[in-house]
Amino acid sequence: MGLVIEVSGIHKSYGRTVAVDEVSFGVEEGEIFGLIGPNGAGKTTTMECIEGLRKPDRGVISVLGLDPFRQVYKLQERIGVQLQQAQLQKRIKVWEAVDLWASLYRKKAVDGERLLEQLGLADKRESWFMNLSGGQKQRLFIALALINDPEVVFLDELTTGLDPQSRRAIWELVRGIRDRGKTVFLTTHLMEEAERLCDRVAIIEHGRIIDMDTPKRLVDRHCPERSVVLTTEDPMAEERFGSIPGVTAVSRSEFQFIIRGMGEELVTEVIVCLSENRIRVTDFQTILPNLEDVFLKLTGQSIRE
Amino acid sequence: MLRGLWKLTWIEIKVFLREPLGAVGTIAVPVLLFLVLGKILGRGAALPSLGASRFVRVGLPVFASVLISLSAVLSLVTIISIYREGGILKRLRATPLRPQTILSAHVIAKLIFTASTLALMILAGKRYDPVGVAVPLFSFAIALVIATWSILSIGFVIASIVPTARFAQPIGAVILYPMIGICGLFVPIAALPPAVRGVTRVLPLTYVVSLLQGIWSGEAWSAHLGDLAALVVVFVVCTTVSAKIFRWE
Repeated sequence: MGLVIEVSGIHKSYGRTVAVDEVSFGVEEGEIFGLIGPNGAGKTTTMECIEGLRKPDRGVISVLGLDPFRQVYKLQERIGVQLQQAQLQKRIKVWEAVDLWASLYRKKAVDGERLLEQLGLADKRESWFMNLSGGQKQRLFIALALINDPEVVFLDELTTGLDPQSRRAIWELVRGIRDRGKTVFLTTHLMEEAERLCDRVAIIEHGRIIDMDTPKRLVDRHCPERSVVLTTEDPMAEERFGSIPGVTAVSRSEFQFIIRGMGEELVTEVIVCLSENRIRVTDFQTILPNLEDVFLKLTGQSIRE
Repeated sequence: MLRGLWKLTWIEIKVFLREPLGAVGTIAVPVLLFLVLGKILGRGAALPSLGASRFVRVGLPVFASVLISLSAVLSLVTIISIYREGGILKRLRATPLRPQTILSAHVIAKLIFTASTLALMILAGKRYDPVGVAVPLFSFAIALVIATWSILSIGFVIASIVPTARFAQPIGAVILYPMIGICGLFVPIAALPPAVRGVTRVLPLTYVVSLLQGIWSGEAWSAHLGDLAALVVVFVVCTTVSAKIFRWE
């Protein structure tokens, strides 16, 4: 699998504000790659440089072997783009937008009607853009991004402002795009979205990439600590828990214990200990770290606004 | 370059007609104004007042045509700024559409509206008022389209400088409409004070009015090469300026 997108050392400032600072990364063919970070971190600017909509002050970008700024029209034939907070003409009909987009590309477009069907918009084809719900608008933008059967699809904050149900439906769609062999490059400030959807993520803050890997490896690397919270009245419990391999701390408040430790084996070890010592528990839960915790640890702040 | 132009133009025309006040505002208002003023002034013109009758014969159609043209320009300014604010321009740009194609679609749509409104006005005029039988309508329509095309380029300059869509209409109106007063339509340029005459000479609308009045009165195109040249200069200058300062987002 080759690199579809290669970004090296790009820099972009607006006046004295540095939006993107020496950003470098590569996106492999057929993966969903996520650029994650809080609002204003430089995600959209980076993405728009890669799409050829902005010119970085310096640095080199190559997408499908093309220079996105100099060969923007060649590139646009082969990529699909969904922009953050974009709108269409208020009173354009769904089918008109799809039909217009389909006519813009040199190569034959995919069947627009089928695309609308796949995205659950078939019964909305006569509706005006302004009368669509947020989720329907986003699905239309996905349709427009896919109309030219692109090799790389760019999705900028795709699910922002959508309810959880629409969000999940859209994740399913994005996975479908990847499963058809396309590369997906997306930005999000939702850690759950990144964790569930992306094969690899790059965490960006203040225009700099802090770390980059699969979500799981990022979690393992930065937040190896796991906890088990359980409730037991067994008087010997505290002592036993302290001797579990890998446990770093045991704290208790009345009958509730929090067992902290490192590595994936912790939960198994706790269960083995409970079973070997026949400790009866009335409650048991595990607390696993996620990307949110990684983000918090790396940046010292929560991503939620 | 032409890819998508006709489809986009057609969509822009349909989208505009779907607006609640789209067709009424730009098409019905100038036509109605023409009819109503024609009736009122026409009655007065029956009296032996040469000035009034000349205004009804030449001034009024030209005035209505200038209104058609200016309202097309204003509407362009408004649409472009709404499109910019809503990210529509940006979205269209992130396709193989060339920027010139996107803007050309709007210009063509506006020219089509201008020509249709003019046609309606003439038809209505013929029906309700015997407007000059010997008027060279085809030439006049061409003249109006050329004039509108030229002033639309001013529209792009205005669209480049208005801060938000809310201000587009008022700022556009403040820039465009005062020109009507001193462009030679109501008061002959020769009768204006010298200082104002200087201003008049640099107003694009002066040449529009001179061209339209001339063609309407049956003068030859060759008598108005100066006006045409001025309108071409306006177009070239404004297009160059807006190419430099136009903002897509």
